[in-house]
Amino acid sequence: MSGRATAIEATTLEARNLVKDFRLRSGTKVRTLHAVKDVSFTLEPGRTIALVGESGSGKSTIARMMAKLETPSSGEVLLDGRVSATRGGGLARYRRDVQMVFQDPFSSLNPFHPILHHLERPLRIHNPRLSSRQIRERAEELLERVRLSPAATFADRRPHELSGGQRQRVAIARALAPGSRFIIADEPVSMLDVSIRLGVLNLLAELQRQEHLGVLYITHDLATARHFSDEILVMYRGEIVERGPSEQVILDPRHEYTKTLLEAAADPDRLGRLRDDVRNGG
Amino acid sequence: MNADANAVSTAALGEPVLTARNLSIEYEVDPPVKAVRGASITLHRGEILGLAGESGCGKTTLAYGLNRLLKAPALMTGGEVVFHDASGDDIDVVGLDGEALRRFRWNKVSMVFQGSMNSLNPVMNVRKQLHDVFTTHRPGMKRAEREARSAELLTLVGVDPTRLSSFPHELSGGMRQRVMIAMALALDPQVMIMDEPTTALDVVVQRGIIREIMRLRERLGFAVVFITHDLPLLIEISDRIAIMLDGEIIEQGDAEQIYRAPGHPYTRRLLSSFPSLRGDRGDFIRTGAAAGGAA
Repeated sequence: MSGRATAIEATTLEARNLVKDFRLRSGTKVRTLHAVKDVSFTLEPGRTIALVGESGSGKSTIARMMAKLETPSSGEVLLDGRVSATRGGGLARYRRDVQMVFQDPFSSLNPFHPILHHLERPLRIHNPRLSSRQIRERAEELLERVRLSPAATFADRRPHELSGGQRQRVAIARALAPGSRFIIADEPVSMLDVSIRLGVLNLLAELQRQEHLGVLYITHDLATARHFSDEILVMYRGEIVERGPSEQVILDPRHEYTKTLLEAAADPDRLGRLRDDVRNGG
Repeated sequence: MNADANAVSTAALGEPVLTARNLSIEYEVDPPVKAVRGASITLHRGEILGLAGESGCGKTTLAYGLNRLLKAPALMTGGEVVFHDASGDDIDVVGLDGEALRRFRWNKVSMVFQGSMNSLNPVMNVRKQLHDVFTTHRPGMKRAEREARSAELLTLVGVDPTRLSSFPHELSGGMRQRVMIAMALALDPQVMIMDEPTTALDVVVQRGIIREIMRLRERLGFAVVFITHDLPLLIEISDRIAIMLDGEIIEQGDAEQIYRAPGHPYTRRLLSSFPSLRGDRGDFIRTGAAAGGAA
């Protein structure tokens, strides 16, 4: 992979004091929703940060700001220490390094285009000098890397002919296509059937190691956050209320909200405890 | 599965309240889809039976079959469902018809539907929808009685009775779900079938509702068929669990047995799909060492 040469440099993707306010209008009243309030963190190559929280906590808004799909109200996103452009060639260069995997693989692929198109397009945009044959080769190579193999049998199919898990693999391949160094994965497996979720997460983890990617993993699932990431940031109402090494946050939470979340997560080891609790008047 | 194990749990759990034997359900489309194939389950009085499986395995179709809610093209092609009423009578659910079926439904077995967030009527307030249950099934009830019972039901599920005047869009997802549960409780059923009752809710809200269900069960003594793909949750709350795959129940047993000593490879696979929150890593291959190295 020629794109890999740049990946070895010490680089970072940094969120610095990110704030996002949305103006909500109902009738003549306008009110402001503070979706994200002063959030900072730094993503490094080869490391995964999990952003956990309930719906409405602001985690997806952060993902969208990191992917430059949303402009922060204040604060900035820094790639390698520099503020990058929000439009034009600067934005294209940013997108070569930072890509996103969306939650819903049923709506993130274009039903009119074959699988190959979804990979060839980013390859062509980011490598304008490659010949069509080279692009096709690279696209097939990407399919093999996400275990859609043999690539030739998947290349010409359309999204509806693939299962949810296969589609999400295509989405991951597409995110890798420009030679990205950072991947923002917004609930990448929550729409998939349970028995294939781990397979997709394992694939993402494996690619992350091979490519030395920095990954921002957004999820509401504390168990996969623990196993899949190095660091966990817990979000509540737009703020990070707790952050630390994954094991520590899960096994020894400090903040009340983290404790509430952990208490609410299903844990088969507590078999029968809720029943006994309720019986004893809890 | 295991006759001995079943006998033991039956003794511990009391009498059966709902028994399905060799139930088969087909969707009469071209080609026909055998959605449920020879499923047998026994629900005991007051127990929570977890029904686990992935999307498309037939768990919702089975639930609809138990409650005679199947609509064409779904057709029950075989098997029997018997409801063992508290009065001592056995009711052949498959044979019910017309008025008898109407009297059975909701009175004996009620249901909390999947996506309940959307099963409330958006243009009727909560009062009207709760009263509806009584005007339909308890025609002799006076308006004041209906009102009192509706308020009582809301209180029971932890919703302020002033919410009777609210419309569904004025309620949060969790509250709507609680209203649905109140509605299912209205006629004091002996069995409640809950199809993914909390899947769309945030974990903290979900936990509150699960706790409410457990509490109500202790108090009112109904049995629950709890359907979900969330096996860790089922293990935590169920007395027994049945695992479904491709329309068949491939394994059933005590929650503890399913968790600690799963017999079927698919059960083991399903279990290993959920990395443990506080314990070992299971099937999860990512290791700290590999992540740190520049592979």
